[in-house]
Amino acid sequence: MTQNQGTETDQTADPRRGTHRVTDERPWWDTFPWWGAIIASILLWMASQIATNEDYELAWDRIAPGLRLTVTATLQAFAIALVLGLIAGIGQLSRNVLLRNIARTYVEFIRGIPILPLIFTVALIVVPETTDLVNNRLNDWFGWEFKLSFQMRATVTLALIYGAYMAEIFRGGIQSIPPGQTEAGRSLGLTRRQTMNSVVLPQAMRAIIPPLGNDFIAILKDTSLLSVLGVLEITQRGRQFSASTFKFREGYFVVSFIYLVLTLSLSILLGVLERRMTRDRKGER
Amino acid sequence: MITLSGLTKTFDRTIHAVRDVDLHIDEGEVVVIVGPSGSGKSTILRCINLLEIPTGGTVLVDGFELTDTATDIDHVRAEVGMVFQQFNLFPHLTVMENITLAQRKVRGRSRAEAQDMAVRQLTRVGIPEKADAYPRQLSGGQQQRVAIARSLAMEPRVMLFDEPTSALDPEMVKEVLDVMLELAAEGMTMVVVTHEMGFARAAADHLVFIDEGEIVESGPPEEIFSNPTHERTRAFFDKILY
Repeated sequence: MTQNQGTETDQTADPRRGTHRVTDERPWWDTFPWWGAIIASILLWMASQIATNEDYELAWDRIAPGLRLTVTATLQAFAIALVLGLIAGIGQLSRNVLLRNIARTYVEFIRGIPILPLIFTVALIVVPETTDLVNNRLNDWFGWEFKLSFQMRATVTLALIYGAYMAEIFRGGIQSIPPGQTEAGRSLGLTRRQTMNSVVLPQAMRAIIPPLGNDFIAILKDTSLLSVLGVLEITQRGRQFSASTFKFREGYFVVSFIYLVLTLSLSILLGVLERRMTRDRKGER
Repeated sequence: MITLSGLTKTFDRTIHAVRDVDLHIDEGEVVVIVGPSGSGKSTILRCINLLEIPTGGTVLVDGFELTDTATDIDHVRAEVGMVFQQFNLFPHLTVMENITLAQRKVRGRSRAEAQDMAVRQLTRVGIPEKADAYPRQLSGGQQQRVAIARSLAMEPRVMLFDEPTSALDPEMVKEVLDVMLELAAEGMTMVVVTHEMGFARAAADHLVFIDEGEIVESGPPEEIFSNPTHERTRAFFDKILY
């Protein structure tokens, strides 16, 4: 009798035989995205609180108007950072020794300073002193003055910092393209710039877009730091509401709720974008 | 057409890839460079369009001295086609776009002119129907033929081939060699680094055997195959020929 044909004996009695077949299928509860369900229910609960509870409603009415400022600052900082990052990223790979070292100095210098002290330094020291310097001349020559609001000062600081991060993203993306691509472009007679613009950068974008998306979300969250300069974005409004009403729970609940809704929708969007990009790449060597 | 004099390439000041190579290639001539791996044959080829910058010696291509800073290298490269071992097609562009890109940007041709030329070259390499495909959708042999068409569309005066069949599955080697044979028959000036001795025998006017960065032996392929005068040449053929 072989053990595979154990029909006449009780199978479970044979210690060499289990009761289940080996499988690579996983039950639904193993693969179900519980985390998504948990976050969704938290958000729903928060939303229902805001909709039904008077205190939360009051907090919402006071804080939500800051949304506009938060979004504006995010978009502005991201746009400036993108330009800075692209220039500094390509600059680091430049053959020009001056350009390369300026780019590298910027990246290393800025990356080493935490955001908060840098915001203070730029807003309270760098901007006033340089505008003073510039304005003296402008006043003499044109009778005109240059002013930068605290909101813009903080936004520019954010852009400076994220520009340095993005420079590394761009540099990494460009360097991830095999040198054979550049060689092929140059062999055809394309100039360095043409090769960069038509051959390398379009391919590098695939490696660049996902981490840029992450930085976009990070900038959105970091606009909360504008509050230290008294800019009335949602965090600052939350602080003011809580401080004046002592309803800390309601205030910070609403602030967190708004950030969560924004960041989670952005990451879902990013996920879709990334999946589309990997789908297009299928079969590529 | 091409004259290398005293060509020397040293990497990191210590690795002597090419030592004092003299080589002359006439217009319409097909020169095949063979030699063991690491012998410097690809480096010599890459010096001919300055993908590798020579440490010493001179490289004269079509009347231009490449080691002279006054030479516009982009201009010379447009006249010198290069086919790589790894094809190096642009994966984000279609076959058509791969072939028209440099024509339009370097030759200044209109889209219609460039596409016209692309279709002609694709027909020449036998895959006109693949114009709208992306490189990833093609077999290795087809990709290499597109790479050849991309170079030919520039109407170069010289074609360089750097082990064009080494990355191919065996059943695709012939389709690429056939295209190259045809090109040779049409009178194209070609410098080919390859391990395909059959191709060398059939197409080469001149066979150059390189070892340790030096030209060991050169001459008509039949002569070198049948009667190698140098011990190193003989040892190399003993290893690769059945």
